[in-house]
Amino acid sequence: MQDLSGAFAEAFRLLLDLDADLMEIVGLSLRVSLTAVVAAALIALPLGAALAVTRFPGRGAVLVTLNALMGLPPVVVGLVVYLALSRAGPLGPLGLLYTPEAMILAQMLLVIPIVAAVTRQTVEDLRAEYDEQLRVFGVGPMGMVATLLWEGRFSLLTALLAGFGRAVAEVGAVIIVGGNINHVTRVMTTAIALETSKGNLALALGLGIILLLIAVAVNAAVMTVRRTPRHAVLA
Amino acid sequence: MPFSPDIPPMTARTEHRGEVLPLVARALGLWRDGRTLLDNVDLRVEVGPLTVIMGPNGAGKSLLLRLLAGLIAPDAGSVTWAGRAPDRVRIKRLGFVFQAPVLLRRSVADNLRYALRAAGIPKAEWHERTASALAEVGLDRLADAPARVLSGGEQQKLALARALAPGPEVLLMDEPTANLDPTATAAIEDRVGRARDAGTTIVFVTHDLGQAKRLAGRVVFLHRGRVTEDAPAARFFDAPASEPAAAFIEGRLLP
Ligand SMILES: Nc1ncnc2c1ncn2[C@@H]1O[C@H](COP(=O)(O)OP(=O)(O)O)[C@@H](O)[C@H]1O
Ligand SMILES: [Mg+2]
Repeated sequence: MQDLSGAFAEAFRLLLDLDADLMEIVGLSLRVSLTAVVAAALIALPLGAALAVTRFPGRGAVLVTLNALMGLPPVVVGLVVYLALSRAGPLGPLGLLYTPEAMILAQMLLVIPIVAAVTRQTVEDLRAEYDEQLRVFGVGPMGMVATLLWEGRFSLLTALLAGFGRAVAEVGAVIIVGGNINHVTRVMTTAIALETSKGNLALALGLGIILLLIAVAVNAAVMTVRRTPRHAVLA
Repeated sequence: MPFSPDIPPMTARTEHRGEVLPLVARALGLWRDGRTLLDNVDLRVEVGPLTVIMGPNGAGKSLLLRLLAGLIAPDAGSVTWAGRAPDRVRIKRLGFVFQAPVLLRRSVADNLRYALRAAGIPKAEWHERTASALAEVGLDRLADAPARVLSGGEQQKLALARALAPGPEVLLMDEPTANLDPTATAAIEDRVGRARDAGTTIVFVTHDLGQAKRLAGRVVFLHRGRVTEDAPAARFFDAPASEPAAAFIEGRLLP
């Protein structure tokens, strides 16, 4: 068992030195999770808005499913994406398994339900408030949706931040579809799992501290969005 | 065929024909949950005096105004703008101010710009129209403030300025001062009066007798979903012809 205080000291040295291996891992983590959130937003914002303004048979079931998917276990998403990308799977020919793109895909699927569900609720609430006023302006359905998304921008930004927090912190999906390959698909969470099991506590702790800082930063950003006086009246 | 179809003889008189005016409601009926909310309502709004729709709470004033704006569809009868059913293009020539102002979560000036853009006003005119619309209601110094931090009176002034900025042919207002203090009420009435004098046709809903006397050129009295009286203001206040209107003017409780 490595000495704990020694591990902490070593971890801080790695952080202060901006250790190359450490920075590579952090960089890949951020790239994968940010890309996943942006891609998820491109799908989830229109999807959530469409669900908010349309009525169709089975809509209730879709909404219940969407809400349930917010709590989707990452390992299950990892498994599903793994099956889809594996050589025999439908997306096998793309050869994406064990690449950063596979990890982006998995995290995107984790984030979509969160952003879509919040978007649906936000747009539906705002629509109740604005529908008649916007119709009196002569705004059509598309313009209405665009306006409501903009009016709900602070709630939606909060949802995107929450989605990023979920993506960057999860380990179950990326370890299955990425494989934790050094210099290729090793991200913070998979590296922590591996280094801890190997007894290399310094690197694990260093990464853990960075992950914690990111979580704090995301939550601070969420609170800023919610609390700023100017935003409070806008929310 | 004895006459050409594009020159209907009945409208060949001197009547002004705009995109919305004459705004005509014929035999409007509206029912919800087995209750009759509006019953056989006829109303014709043309260029001319300010029309006040008056009546006690629950008479159906707000519903009637929303029907006239094409926001809800009647169960019976019809609403036509210049002879045709309401549509999304010509609604840009109609302004509407709700009892509770519905402001966008943006700056005061951006609220105006949004309305100007939606109404299809050329961008080159936005600056000038925004500035003068705000000056008209004394909000010019608040142009950059977030609209939703304004006081209730300022919010309603903004809603009125926003409705007038594109230069509507007709302005519908639903008890715009019901939640305001006397100073803000006076400011709104002042602005409404100037819009009327500048030629905007206005339909103004209120249950406030004093306000009706100050503004009305014509009064339509609504009681339990029916028009009981439609008369020039002077006649209406001097000698109301219907019992509900007479009771309302005298301050008696209506049955
Ligand atoms: N969507 C609706 N469904 C059922 N009843 C309604 C609806 N909207 C209004 N009403 C009823 O219609 C009547 C007239 O409402 P309204 O036009 O708002 O009256 P007011 O003259 O006070 O503006 C009221 O009794 C109200 O409860
Ligand atoms: Mg009303």
